[in-house]
Amino acid sequence: MAEPLLRIEGLAKHFGGVIASDDISLDVAAGELHAIIGPNGAGKTTLIGELAGEIAPDAGRVLFAGQDITRLATPRRSALGLARSFQITSLFPEFTALDNVALAVQAHAGHSFRFWAPARSAVELREPARAALARVGLAARADTVVSRLSHGEHRQLELAMSLATKPRLLLLDEPMAGLGPEESARMVKLLRELKQEVTILLIEHDMEAVFALADRITVLVYGRVIASGDPASIRANAEVRQAYLGEQEAVTHV
Amino acid sequence: MTATLTPRNAVVAALLVLLALLPVYAALTGNTFALSLFTRIVIFAIAAVSLNLVMGFGGMVSFGHAVYLGIGGYVVGILAKEGIGSGFVQWPLALVVSGVFALAVGALSLRTRGVYFIMITLAFAQMAFYVASGLERYGGDDGLTIYKRSTFAGALDLSNKTLFYYLCLVLLLAVIWLVRRLVDSRFGLVIQGVRSNERRMRAIGFSTFRYKLVCFVISGVLCGLAGVLLANHTDFVSPAIMQWTRSGDLIVMAVLGGMGTVMGPVIGAVTLLVLEEALSRVTEYWPIILGPLILLVVLYARGGIDGLLTRLNRG
Repeated sequence: MAEPLLRIEGLAKHFGGVIASDDISLDVAAGELHAIIGPNGAGKTTLIGELAGEIAPDAGRVLFAGQDITRLATPRRSALGLARSFQITSLFPEFTALDNVALAVQAHAGHSFRFWAPARSAVELREPARAALARVGLAARADTVVSRLSHGEHRQLELAMSLATKPRLLLLDEPMAGLGPEESARMVKLLRELKQEVTILLIEHDMEAVFALADRITVLVYGRVIASGDPASIRANAEVRQAYLGEQEAVTHV
Repeated sequence: MTATLTPRNAVVAALLVLLALLPVYAALTGNTFALSLFTRIVIFAIAAVSLNLVMGFGGMVSFGHAVYLGIGGYVVGILAKEGIGSGFVQWPLALVVSGVFALAVGALSLRTRGVYFIMITLAFAQMAFYVASGLERYGGDDGLTIYKRSTFAGALDLSNKTLFYYLCLVLLLAVIWLVRRLVDSRFGLVIQGVRSNERRMRAIGFSTFRYKLVCFVISGVLCGLAGVLLANHTDFVSPAIMQWTRSGDLIVMAVLGGMGTVMGPVIGAVTLLVLEEALSRVTEYWPIILGPLILLVVLYARGGIDGLLTRLNRG
């Protein structure tokens, strides 16, 4: 097997007495969509934080394309091609949608110590930004100020910004959070298209979406990996059913 | 940017015309006080615009910006006292020292945020204040009289008050233009992105610290320029120039006029200093009137006077 794009080895993190990451190891192969599921408090968001460089793990290593990035600062990881979206929408609300994405393009277009030329006239920033907006279906909203966009559009914009950095790996932290059924369906369709182009590590609560999209699924409970495999084997796994799916089933069938 | 005739633009245009024609009025009426007052206003407008670059656009509330007025002023004063009167030496040196000081303050303070950032910038300014107070050779507490304004090899005679006023005005316009270009440049968008959401900026790949630091240094240099002009205007420099209340005045100018635009602080500087002057003629208790006025604008006019004027247009 070829070297995985992302390798996590023995990652551990505790906050006081709470163990958020308990010896987590997993591989994400290039080209796959790897989903991480787990009940609330399973340590999914901590894991994203550790991968994005916002939380320093107590032990373990993170390798990206063979390079040890465990202690690398967030902006450097982004430069290597690791992009993340945020569970709670994190945008620049006073700028337009296009400005938001253009900033993401700009971050990867050399240094920004350019003090004179108006950035909003820079075709080399605006064109890729428009393309990324079009990719997620927001082309018509390019010039709308972000604070006037709907929640669903915010989620799409999150994705466009991540895409605009030309990532090799997308870390998506609950991209469906707060979406209505129709918007969710659109997001699933979009992610299905995107997985042809870029490797994705998806953290998501929406089980329907996860099983529709994932090539492989890792189940996290109390910071520990309890199962990892293709969707069919996860669905069949007794421990997983007990820890997570059963509970979810009960909720969705109300 | 296309300029259309909105009430806001009309006010800004009127203000600029007023500033441009003021010496004519002063000459016709023989009112030299007005000229002196407005020279001061224009100089403080430069300082407020420079503060607003870090505060309004960068979201970094510096509570020690008057220190750059002091540094600019003291470089001019000290060199003048030591017999170096040439502006070609004084001015560049003042800007460089302001920049280096801003670099040091920024390098330490920009690692913190919020109240800590405010406190560290204040602490540095206080330090400089006490250092200046201790400079016995240069007047200590009492300050230092500057007997000769900066000379420019006979090209500019700064003791000509009208000429000096126009020099200050041209420099203000230059600073406005520069800051305007800056905030719309790639660098400027990064700075505004950091104000809006620094975490997101880092996630999309910006090492934000270095951009904030450079912004802080640019702002310090521009404010140092205001200090150079102020010392030349008053022919005097003392530690009071960098008292923390002065830093507060600069913040009030920016907030009052509007932090969201480059012109806002100019409107704020004119409003605050004119009101201060007018009210102090009516009563010696003028702060009792001025205080609530400022409070009203801050509470009910988000975006300051500039924001208020812009909203007038939208109805």
